Amino acid sequence: MIRIVYVYWLLGALVLVCAAFNLRERRWARAMMWAVVAAALLFGDVIQQASLAHVRWPAQAMGLGVILLGILAGTGQASHHDTSGARSLAAARLGNRLFVPALVIPFATLALVLIAPYLVWQGTFLLDRTQTTLVALGLACVVALGVGLHTTRARFGEGLGEGRRLLDTLGSLALLPMVLATLGSVFTATGVGEAVAALVGMAIPVDNRLACLLAFACGMVLFTLVMGNAFAAFPVMMAGIGLPLLVHKHGAAPAVLGSLGMLTGYCGTLMTPMAANFNIVPAVLLELHDQYAVIRTQLPTAFALLLANLVLMALLVFR
Amino acid sequence: MNYWPLIGIAVVVVGFALKRNPVLVVIAAGVASALAAGMPIGDLLALLGDAFVANRTLLLFVLTLPVIGLLERYGLREHAQTWILGFRKLSLARLLIAYLGGRQLLSMLGMIDLAGHAQTVRPLVAPMSEAAAERTVDLDDVARERVRALAAATDNVGRFFGEDVFLAFGAVLLIQGFYERNGIHLEPLHIALWALPTAILAFVLHALRILWVQRALEHAGVDTAARAPHGDAAP
Repeated sequence: MIRIVYVYWLLGALVLVCAAFNLRERRWARAMMWAVVAAALLFGDVIQQASLAHVRWPAQAMGLGVILLGILAGTGQASHHDTSGARSLAAARLGNRLFVPALVIPFATLALVLIAPYLVWQGTFLLDRTQTTLVALGLACVVALGVGLHTTRARFGEGLGEGRRLLDTLGSLALLPMVLATLGSVFTATGVGEAVAALVGMAIPVDNRLACLLAFACGMVLFTLVMGNAFAAFPVMMAGIGLPLLVHKHGAAPAVLGSLGMLTGYCGTLMTPMAANFNIVPAVLLELHDQYAVIRTQLPTAFALLLANLVLMALLVFR
Repeated sequence: MNYWPLIGIAVVVVGFALKRNPVLVVIAAGVASALAAGMPIGDLLALLGDAFVANRTLLLFVLTLPVIGLLERYGLREHAQTWILGFRKLSLARLLIAYLGGRQLLSMLGMIDLAGHAQTVRPLVAPMSEAAAERTVDLDDVARERVRALAAATDNVGRFFGEDVFLAFGAVLLIQGFYERNGIHLEPLHIALWALPTAILAFVLHALRILWVQRALEHAGVDTAARAPHGDAAP
């Protein structure tokens, strides 16, 4: 069976190659950074299993690695090669065939997800059924690279080099989503959520159901702004305000409250740099000078939608 | 109630405001919160390591980079621009509104990672948007960045406000699980359907936003075009 761990190993190998490129160019900090990340990908499974067995040193060593990443981030410069002249020539030669490998990624993923239930060999599924989409995405990337190398007649090393170029353009910002998710775990473990919910709870008149609803919605948005993730905000705000005050005291419909409450949090996700993989990484990927350009573009939509969502909640939650 | 762990939030806000390296800021915030909560160093390190490894899924997009980089080197972006120019009537707004609707529908069906900033926006949607916009406006660097940012924003809105309608999506299961633990039994389908009104509103509102940006770009473009031959307009 192809498990998600194999995909992580493949990814770890790719990141390790990136470390090697940087090592050869004597960019020590960058090389070290990618090496630590590669270690998390290559030994992630081992670390998780050790932690389950209450052996703590592998996770602690990784924790030291994370702190090292923080120190290394920001040091080391990315290199840029300009090849725009060669590009349009090749584009004219290859034409629409260039689209094929790019489209292989989504469509091979889709095809693999759809046929995964039928891919059975000797009683086991060929693709891990718990993580089908992600395993399929990993495989689709490999297939797409194969097709891409065939189309362009480039060497395999050229593909690796281009992948490395893009990864080094992203630099430490590629790690931001992972690091933010880690911060979320720390906030949960240290009770930051409860403290925020307690502060919000202090400020509202609990007998007014609209005030409670407004506090719940604002809490979802504020907490999502801080954590960059509505998932983290939801249990905290539900436990603090949603369940005791809105559902039990004022008789709110749970399904409506849950669904619209989560979507209210999503409006917050559109506004915060903490949701780095959606808001900061694309700004870097698209080579924008303003890191916050994507957020700035989203703000009008986010505020209008938040307002509309509040009206929907007020109308639909208490029926 | 111990309010000291909130210091982590302060570290994040101050660090981002001072434009220090975000990764450094975030890790410093985590360490500050944990120390303020009185967590022993051994526990802190184990927590950081476990959480970092548990979230390595978020790095999967890196696997798309070799093929995307390779195709870009052979002119994928340039070709995407030429190709979109073949569709005479396709404006920036029409292109992005169509993408918004398609992205929402795919997310509703659970195909969330089919598109994305690395998979589709950088190689295809952003260059196509630039080409479509350039049909009516001359893009300077500022306007070009606005168009790119709009393409990324459209992908986000389409993804966020489609995925919640999908039954097996984490958010729906999270909501259902939360109520289940508190003695309220709900069907996932019931929760997912209540995401539909917001999904429709999100489509309408962001479509309006796209039209608004297109109009703003055209007005700025008309101004420069009108001003250029005379050269005497106020700066």
